[in-house]
This record gives sequence, structure tokens and C-alpha cells, in this order.
Amino acid sequence: MQELPTFATVEDVQRALYALDYIADRPLATAIFLALKRRKPLLLEGEPGVGKTEVAKVLAGILQTNLIRLQCYEGIDVSTAVYEWNYTRQMLHIRLMEASGAAQHQEELKEIFGPDFLIQRPLLQAIDPANAKPPVLLIDELDRSDEEFEAYLLELLSDFQITIPEIGTIQAKEPPFVIITSNRTREIHDALRRRCLYYWIDYPTIEKEFSILLARQPQAPEQLARQVCAFVSELRSMDLYKAPGVAETLDWISSLLALDQLELVEGPVRDTLGALLKYQDDVLKVGGSDLGKLIQKIKGAFRS
Amino acid sequence: MTSIPPEQPGENGHKALRPLDIERGERLLYRLTEFGRLLWESGISVGPQQLLDLAETLNEIDITSKEDFYYTLKCSLLNKHELEPVFEQMYHYFWFVRDNPRRKKEKPGSQVRKQEQAFRLPPSERKRLAEHMNASEARRDMQRASQPTQKQRSELSEAKAKDDDLGDPQAYAYSAIERLRQKDFEHYTWEEIQEAKRLMADMRWNLGMRRTRRKAPARRGSYLDMRRLVRHNLKYGAEMVELTRREIKYKPRPLVIICDISGSMSLYSRLLLHFIHTISNGLQNVEAFVFGTRLTRITHQLKRRDVDEAVRDVSKSVQDWSGGTRIGDALHIFNQRWARRVLGRGAVVLIISDGWDRGESEVLQVEMDRLQHSCHRLIWLNPLLGAPDYRPLTMGMKTALNFIDDFLPAHNLDSLISLGNILSTIDDSRPVRNAYARRKAVEAWTRRKVPQDW
Repeated sequence: MQELPTFATVEDVQRALYALDYIADRPLATAIFLALKRRKPLLLEGEPGVGKTEVAKVLAGILQTNLIRLQCYEGIDVSTAVYEWNYTRQMLHIRLMEASGAAQHQEELKEIFGPDFLIQRPLLQAIDPANAKPPVLLIDELDRSDEEFEAYLLELLSDFQITIPEIGTIQAKEPPFVIITSNRTREIHDALRRRCLYYWIDYPTIEKEFSILLARQPQAPEQLARQVCAFVSELRSMDLYKAPGVAETLDWISSLLALDQLELVEGPVRDTLGALLKYQDDVLKVGGSDLGKLIQKIKGAFRS
Repeated sequence: MTSIPPEQPGENGHKALRPLDIERGERLLYRLTEFGRLLWESGISVGPQQLLDLAETLNEIDITSKEDFYYTLKCSLLNKHELEPVFEQMYHYFWFVRDNPRRKKEKPGSQVRKQEQAFRLPPSERKRLAEHMNASEARRDMQRASQPTQKQRSELSEAKAKDDDLGDPQAYAYSAIERLRQKDFEHYTWEEIQEAKRLMADMRWNLGMRRTRRKAPARRGSYLDMRRLVRHNLKYGAEMVELTRREIKYKPRPLVIICDISGSMSLYSRLLLHFIHTISNGLQNVEAFVFGTRLTRITHQLKRRDVDEAVRDVSKSVQDWSGGTRIGDALHIFNQRWARRVLGRGAVVLIISDGWDRGESEVLQVEMDRLQHSCHRLIWLNPLLGAPDYRPLTMGMKTALNFIDDFLPAHNLDSLISLGNILSTIDDSRPVRNAYARRKAVEAWTRRKVPQDW
């Protein structure tokens, strides 16, 4: 088994994340640090677009290991999340054995339930003892799955082993790093919550968002980035159906850059609002008559 | 960020106390257990396993840093965003206020009150904290107070038993119940309310099923179960002789109840709360909200088994009891904060209100439209609809009527029973919601004929 990079303090984690352009504040870095040390699943909740999934990606980056992602949806079951038999191959194999006369013996027929015929799905991949390093397992948007899957997950997360009746029990050599994200369209059960470390990712402050923009879009002029952050934070304080997340801010600034903007100007802002707001009601509300005033207000704040 | 670094005592002039200057070793473990207990009492579910885990987790960090200590406790013990303010307050109270010897001798509770204002806890949580601080005296008082009512209750049931012995008990009980079922809640006497509560508790609810995306093994199904197919037919060699099948699984839909408790509904609201309590204990996925001028979620309060305790809890946490009504604003908050969380999976929404609205009708229109689009079925229960000459003429009701799938009365027990029947027939088919159907429905209600025998 290869060595994983280790982190002695919370600051080390923070620095490593920063090196991969992920700006994490102290509480989040503490949560990640503890998840690494204690090898406990980390449950991340927050509004859409605040960088929950991103945590798993950069975590795989700083640990220099694989990221295995399981996107949840309603009705997700063992055959799509854990393992599946390759039926076509199994049936062909039975035919072949029959043709060669070997199918007479029940014992030989059993071999179609061997590892060769097994298709690994994300959860099984994550605990495969053949992994050189424990991977990062991202269970994305768990709230979309149903209670049955959650119950299964509960079992998996407590001892990191999967039992396949025909083969036996497969146990991870070293438990993977598990990140679970949820958008809260359904409440995750308390039993699962209790097994995890929990962190709520909030919308970033203006300063934090500014440093995120600089890290992710280094070519953006500073003035534009500052104005964008102020504008977005202004929007978040408005009564919108869906306030823009960091992902939308990044989208928006790259649209503005594509239009060669150096600062916020009403026309282009109005044209690109779609990158920021995803509901027609919200676009109407922001793009109404007050848009010019809002931009003036933000620019005025910077001048003074 | 809502997090408050735990350093408030510094303001009082003396150096902020680090939690672990005084707590080490076994003493720390003991304190952690105590803290876990406090959290548990204040509604944050903390189990012993979590505390054991936490004790090990603390080895990993530098516990002399109060910041890290705080964040570690928080991410290990807290697991719901809504409870963050409670956790923060409990943390501060437990580690810095409660047993701090250096704390100035102040009037008991005054410092706590100051903090409470800063945190703005919801009243129910504030009460919990106060309860804990008064060292369970309050609880004992409450128990003492509730004992006589229990006695009363038993006397009542004895009296009832005697009643039943007279004459032909069965027929009498039947016709009395029959009469009670049709009587308007408005005219109930106290005894009748008690009787109605009992009848409601006996009601059984079932909500229409929803086709899920999950398939389960079934003897007759529309889908092949490949996994079992291969294993079952191994004994026949290469031929697939026995087909195994799977069928789509059905699950009950979630139900969301939004109930008006403003002044105009005051005659009904208490009984309706009882009704909401029985329905939320009788069904699996029920979320309940009440509103007057603001929206309050009461799902947790209703989880208590005892109706009277649950209703008492609700009335404590609701601030705008019997006040004005702003339906549009309440629905706006619902759409924004809660819709995404509770309306998934084809929810059925039940609004209980008389439609007297003091807000703007434009707001109501937008919000009703949005609400109808995000749920499977929108049912509006109106207690006034029980009167045969009622017509939806108030501005609020007129506006809302355009976006309602079912407009039903809720003035007596019979109407609630028929509501139950309608709920159980809800299926996967979508109600018609085009402009024509809407106009027809509104016209039908406004030109409703008064029956001849009225």
C-alpha cells in the first residue's frame, strides 16, 4: 500500500486546499482535517452551488488518490450502486459449457458466479482491496435517493464491507474517505447523520468570494472581480427564489470576460443575468428598472 | 457565517476563560458527557457513540486552541443546520457561563437573558434552556399541575361509562355520534369538543400512493429480474425455464398541511390542530405549518404522542396566534424556504383557511401559482364552505380559487371524513390545470345555487 500525504495540523490542510485553488475557511478545514484523521464520513449540506462537490474533488487532489463518484437518484439500487453480474456473459458461458459437455456438473456451472463475471459499481470499487490507496468516495446528492438506499449505506459506512452471496465478504484494506453531499430536498435520517461529521457550507463572504474568483479566474481584472462580488452579495440579500451560488458567480464572471468587460456596465450585465439567475421571476426582479441604480450604488461604494 | 466564536466572557473585563485550562483527563470526559446530555435535552440528538467518537477525535487536535475545540465539538455533535443557534448558545452556556467560578455574582438569569437577546432563539428553544437552568423545578411543577387533569379525565370516562348503561346504549351512542359528525365545529360545547377529539383519534388515514422509481421482486411483474433469473435457472442448464420478475414499488405520498390560525379562524383553529395532530401521527410523511402573519413550522411539536401536550407546545412556539392574516406573505416564505425541502416526491398540499386576507392579492396570486406548480395536488379546506349560502367572494379566496385543485369544506367531522376519502383516492394522474378548467371552476363556485330546503 502506498503512503498517503499526511497533515499534522488544520493549517496544513488549509494550505494544501489553497494550493489547489480551493479556499476553505477554518471551520471547514477543521472538519476536513478531522474527517481525514478519524476516517469518518463527512456530510456536507448547503445551498446548491456553494462548492460541496468540489470538496471531494480537491480532497482527492491533495491526497493524490482516485475520486469515485456515486450520483444518487431515486430508485438507485444494489445493481447500479454496488455490483452487477454480467448476464450476457454468464448466459454465453453456460451455452459454451453445454456445447462442450461440461455443463453436466453443477460444480462447474457455479463458476459463472466468479469475479470474472462481476461488474463493479462505485461502492464496490471504493472498498476493493486491490486499490493501491484508499480512494475518495463521493456520494453526491444523497437526498435524491430513497430510504432503502440510505439504510444500505448505513450498513456500508459502519464497517466498509460488502457481502456478495456467491463470492463472500469483500472488505476494504483501508476505509475510503467518504464525502456525502445533500441539498436537503429530503431530510437525511438521523441514524446516518450520527455516523458522520457534519458541516454546513454557507454562502461565502465578499472577501472570501473575491479570493475564490482570483484563484479560479486569475485573468479577471481586479476591479471587475470586486464589483462582481459586491453585486452578487447584494443579490443574495434580495428576496430571490434562488440566490446565486459561487458556481454561478464563476460562470457569470467568465461570461463577462468573454464579452471583454472591465467593469460592470448595465447593458452587458442585463444580457448575462442568465448566467447568474435561473428563474424567470428572479431575472425580471433584478433586471427591472433598478438594475442601473444597483450598479451605480456598487461603483459608488468603491469610489468612496 | 452564523458561527460565533466562544469568547463572550471577555467583554466582562476579565480574560476569556479557555475551556480546557480547567478541564483535563477524566474530568474532561465527564464534562463532555454532561454537555452531550444538555444537548440531548435541548433537542439535538446526541448518542453515546458520538461522544465516544468525539473523545477520540479530540486527541487529533490541539485542545488548548479554543477555536479548534469549538469547531470540533460542533462538527462532531451537531448534525442539523437549523439547530446551529441552539448549539452555539448551549456551548457558550455550558463551557463559559454555567460553572464559571469567576463569573460575577449577578441576579440569576440576567446574563443569560442578555445573551438570549443577542442570539434570538425561537421561543420554544428559549424555554428549553430556561427549563434546564431552573434545574428541572419547572418540570416538576408542570407534572404536579397535570395530575389533576388526569384525575378529571378518569372521572369523565367513568361518567361516560355510567351514561352508556342507561337505556339502549348502542343506538343512543350511534345517533349522538351521527349528530355530532354533522354539527358545525363553531357550535360545539366543551363536552362535544372532547368527544370529537376522541372520534378524530380513531380515524384512520391513508394517502394515495405514488409510483416510485424502485423495483422490487414480485411474482407477476412487468420487468425481468435478471439477477434471480440466472441463479434460478442454473439447475436447468442453458435454458431459461422459470422467469423471475420485478414490479414497480408504490409508496405513500408526502402530505404538507398549511393551516391558518389567524383571528377569523379562531373558532376552528384548536380543533383543526387536533385534526392535524391525528393526521400527522396516522401517516408517514407529514409536514405541518401554521400561519397568521408569519409562517411557523410545527412538525416537531406535533411529534408528541399526547394531543394536548402537542397543542400546548404548538401554541407556545407560535407568536401570531389569532392575529391578522397575510396568506400571500406566508406562502411566499413557504415557497422560498420550505418548498424545495418538503415538496419533493409528489407531495399533496392541504391549505386550511377561510380566505380572509389582509395582504395584497398580487402576491397571493404569484405564490399560489408557484405552489400549485410545485405540488402534485393542491387542496384548500375552507370551514366557511359548510354554510350552503357561502360564496367565495372575498378578495383572497377569489384570487386563490384559480389555483386550487380541490375546494372542500372543513366545518364538521363529516367533512373531515370525506376529506380522508378523497386523500385515499389520489393517484398518479395529474389534475387538469388549464385556463379553461380554472375559469369553469371559479364560475361554478361563484354562481353556486342555494339549496331549496335551506
